[in-house]
Amino acid sequence: MRSAVIVFPASNCDRDVAVALEQASGSKPHMVWHGGDELPEVDLIVLPGGFSYGDYLRCGAMASQSPIMKQVVARANGGTPTLGICNGFQILTECGLLPGALMRNAGLNFVCRTVPLKVENTDTVFTANYGSGQIIDIPVAHHDGNYFADNETLARLEGEGQVVFRYDNDNPNGSARDIAGITNEARNVLGLMPHPERVADAKLGGTDGAPMFNALVEALS
Amino acid sequence: MKARIHITLKNGVLDPQGKAIEHALDGLGFDGVDNVRQGKFIELDVAETNEDAARRQVTKMCEKLLANMVIENFDIELEA
Repeated sequence: MRSAVIVFPASNCDRDVAVALEQASGSKPHMVWHGGDELPEVDLIVLPGGFSYGDYLRCGAMASQSPIMKQVVARANGGTPTLGICNGFQILTECGLLPGALMRNAGLNFVCRTVPLKVENTDTVFTANYGSGQIIDIPVAHHDGNYFADNETLARLEGEGQVVFRYDNDNPNGSARDIAGITNEARNVLGLMPHPERVADAKLGGTDGAPMFNALVEALS
Repeated sequence: MKARIHITLKNGVLDPQGKAIEHALDGLGFDGVDNVRQGKFIELDVAETNEDAARRQVTKMCEKLLANMVIENFDIELEA
């Protein structure tokens, strides 16, 4: 599996996700600086966590206008699997690849802890290795993870099976319908606030994130 | 031409920061304060001198970057 991790100024989980990708696939991802407009041919694009552009204006707003994002949007719309973690999820909503918006946490605090997630849809390239309804423990670390969309959009997401991860009885940020992660309609673009790359190796204290990377490798190699 | 842009949360979008400010004002003894909503104010100069053209230009800026149309409204004031 060939992958690319897009690196923005103040991305800070780019190397973590690169390690997880390399462990799962055996090959190093391309680390692609946001300022270029050349995206290599890859099977997977990852927008990593962090605080791109210091969260100026709105989280992900400036990054969504970076030169490389034209390529990312075109590839994602063309079907290339695209994963946005935390700040990456915020960027995916800001650039319009995913609906809705991520607002300030309802409790106003930065939340940094492991939360239980329920896997709601296993029929995606990202979640095929989880069981339907499986509860997994994945850490969150964010200030703006409060997913919001209008009721019509929420109903459509639920109806189309686009809600992929839900906080299980422990919503850390007040998100609508306990949403932790969603896909686009074609299910090739996933955005989630929790960090699977932080629990992709037992040495890091957990392995519940590993099945996501393994599933991608199996589907895309 | 100077543009002053107010960006506010849409009705129905919860504003936890506004709520926290409301609580703080209450704690300071300001009675009867309600419906506090926090927004953004952006000021910029545009070279365009025609008001209609300037409004169109700034509207595009708001739609593309300055506001998030999912959760925010914007209001533009222009001054020659």
